[in-house]
Parts: sequence; structure tokens; C-alpha cells
Amino acid sequence: MNILHKFSAHPDTRCWYVAWNPTGTLLASCGGDRAIRIWAREGDSWECRFVLPEGHQRTIRKVAWSPCGNYLASASFDATTCIWGKKGDDFECLTVLEGHENEVKCVSWAPSGSLLATCSRDKSVWVWEVDEEDEYECVSVVNAHTQDVKHVVWHPTKELLASASYDNTVRLYKEEDDDWVCKATLEGHTATVWSLAFDSSGQRLASCSDDRTVKIWKECHPEDEQGEGRASTDPEWKCVCTLSGFHSRTVYDVAWCQQTGLLATACADDGVRVFKEDSNSDCHQTIFSLSVHIPKAHNQDVNCVAWHPKEAGLLASCSDDGEIAIWSYQSET
Amino acid sequence: MSGGTQLDNENPQIFQRSGERLWTAEDEDEDIADPIDDREIFDLIRSINDPEHPLSLEDLNVVEQMRVHVSDPESTVTVEFTPTIPHCSMATLIGLSIKVKLLRSLPSRFKIDVHITPGTHASEDAVNKQLADKERVAAALENAQLLEVVNQCLASKLPANLMP
Repeated sequence: MNILHKFSAHPDTRCWYVAWNPTGTLLASCGGDRAIRIWAREGDSWECRFVLPEGHQRTIRKVAWSPCGNYLASASFDATTCIWGKKGDDFECLTVLEGHENEVKCVSWAPSGSLLATCSRDKSVWVWEVDEEDEYECVSVVNAHTQDVKHVVWHPTKELLASASYDNTVRLYKEEDDDWVCKATLEGHTATVWSLAFDSSGQRLASCSDDRTVKIWKECHPEDEQGEGRASTDPEWKCVCTLSGFHSRTVYDVAWCQQTGLLATACADDGVRVFKEDSNSDCHQTIFSLSVHIPKAHNQDVNCVAWHPKEAGLLASCSDDGEIAIWSYQSET
Repeated sequence: MSGGTQLDNENPQIFQRSGERLWTAEDEDEDIADPIDDREIFDLIRSINDPEHPLSLEDLNVVEQMRVHVSDPESTVTVEFTPTIPHCSMATLIGLSIKVKLLRSLPSRFKIDVHITPGTHASEDAVNKQLADKERVAAALENAQLLEVVNQCLASKLPANLMP
């Protein structure tokens, strides 16, 4: 894996998160300086195209683009979520979503763009509905976790939501009778689960943890299995693979490339790793091998990895040192 | 807990302080690189003020040099601290003060782990988990009130005759 670019995005603070817009022309970053910056490739370098005006009072933990690419949501330790939209040549804050009691840790748009999920240290996951007038209304507050909720992510095609928590579990939610309810709890990690990523089909979910492992969970329909005449129609999620022994500290993020199926991780040991599924991996046995390990990808903890949505093998990462790196992965022959 | 002014541990045992670091000829030779050692880390944290008593963490044996481990080549620091009583409600604050002191003093390449000495606190796992979570530490340090308390723990003590 080659490094293409490295640049200081949030000097003298940490860069917590980066997110590509759906077409991959822009990369948004946020950090401890309460700033959101939007980067674009200009010839051979990366330039800051937009600096969003100050909208948050405290650290901005995560940013997420809407599926249409016209809106950006930001989750902040100031307990609010801002929705940004482009007006003329600038971004402006259109709406502030309030309600969480304390730090908002993550925000995620459903594939339809009409639902948004947020989560917080207050242990709750909120689902918001967006109407045609761009009005946001909270439709559900789910208190399934017993601790700080670190991450929320939607299934790539269905209205299925997943969350990861300080309580060491992953939970899955669906709408039922106008309310969002927890349908499954995935237990197996022995420490905080920091992040989640679905594969392109949405049939598998990767989770990463402070226990230094990555786990892959697979959707199993009870009727698929022989001899089990279960009445329940809810799929079960089973752990089919644990990547342990690769990371020497907390794994903060995991990203599943929608085009190549490669799995990238961001680790507190300053490393970036890429795992590749073995060709003899099948539905009964999932096998991933370490393909690339960049031990000193950054000078400090790596907080986030994000595959480019269009260009296969292009990966962005960001770190506590305030820098963003852009990598190019080439499969070994 | 009863009463706002009641201390967790009213009558703590006080221990003798270690002496000053003994400087060697090698230490003073500018041509020899001095790796960061256990004693240097201990010297950074031993004078941290206890949040409850006008005493340092060293006076109370909350920190000891034998519970400090540094590897300069691997850029790691591990500190174990021992609350004076197993139900000390200040354990998280003490751990946070040690962590902040080291984060502010050491080069950024260091990975700093601060834990409770195993078996010395009723909520050992919960406190350790909180101290290891950098997101919660970052959020805590954005809380002006808490930051002020941490800074008081880290402030250098005025000599007794200058105390108000």
C-alpha cells in the first residue's frame, strides 16, 4: 500500500473522523478544534475547499454525508447534531437537533435519506425522520444499551440500524408498530465496541473493539438451518470470524470497501491494516488474512479509516496527530 | 456518602518521601542520550496533590516508583496507582490527574496507560475502563469545572508560609 498524500487537517488537535461524500469528490473531516473542513483533490495535492462556520461549542466527534450528497450532519460533544447544507458557495447550518443529555458520539443517514440516527453517552439511540421540507422530527428514543453508545450505522439497503457501545455489545434495531425496537444483541467482545461496518450486501457486519479484535457477524435465517423449526422470522446474527492477534491496542475503526470487499482497520498502535477474504472462504467458514500492515501509518493513534466510494483501493485515514493520510492499495499478484 | 465536607479517608497514613534523583556523570554528559526512565516518570507524578488532603500522591503512597514502568524505545508508559481506601470516590479523579500530567509532559509518541493497582479498589474495572477511554477523557477535559479540579491537583504547592 502506497501513501499518496499526508496533510495536516486539524493542527494542534486530534482529527477524529473523515467521511467521503457519495461521489468521492469531497472528504469532510472533524476534530477537537470544533472545526469541520472539507477537502478536495486539486491536481496533485489536497486543498481545503470549505471551512464550515462555527456551529458547535465542543469537539466534533463525527460527520456523515446524506446519501444525496447535499447535506452533512455533525455530531458533537456539545450534545447537539447539526445539519449543514450548501447555500451558494458556502455551507450553512440548516438545523440543530437537540435532545441528547450529553455528548453525541455518532450520526448516520439511512440509505433512503429520510431517516437519521444519533447516539450518545446518555445511553440512548435516537431515530429522526426527515420530511420533504427538511424538517426533522424524533420518532423514537431507544434505551437498549446499558452504557455510552459509541457508534450507529445503517444497513446499506434496508431500514435496519446497528449500534456499538461501551457495554461491550452491538445491537440491531427495526421499526415495529411505529416504534424502533432492539431486535438483536450481539455479545462476544470483552471490551468497548468502538465502530461497525456492513459489507456491500448488508449480510455481514464487522465490529472492532478495545479488546483488540475485529469480529465479523453474519445474518442467519433460522429457516435456513436444518432441523430447527423456529417460529421467529427475525434473523439471528452469529459471529463467524474473529481477527485476533493482529492489533496491539484498541481498534477504533473498521471500514468495509463496498467494491473490493477489503476490510481496513484504524488502531491505537498507530497502524493501519488491510484484511482480505480468502478465496476458499465460504458461507460456512469465513477466513480473512492480513494483506497489508503499515505499522507507523501516523505518528499517533489512528482514529478512522474510510474507503473511497468509487475508486477501488483508495483509503483515507486520520489521527490524533491532526493529520489525514490518503493511501492506495494494490492487490498483490 | 454523608455530609458534604466529610472526607473519604479522614486519617490517612503518611509515608516518607523518596529523596531527590541522584545525578550521575553520564546524566550530565551532553553527548549521551538519556532515555526517559521510571524515575523520571515518577518525578513527574509524585508531587501531584491529593484531591482531599494537603498532601502529595507520594506522601500517601498512592504512587510509587516500583509501580511505574516506562519503555523509551517502545514509547510506552504504564502507571499503577493505589487508592488509600478501597471505596475512595476520588479514584477516577486521581487517575485522570496522573494521565493529564503525563499527556502534558511527555512527547506525543508515548502511549500512556494508567490503572488502579490490582485488588486495591472496589470499582477497579469500572475506573480502569473509564481512564482507558480516550473519548471520555477528552470529553471530561472539555468540562471546565472538572478541568479546574484536575488543574488544582496538578498545581505546584505553595510553601506552607505562603499559604493563605
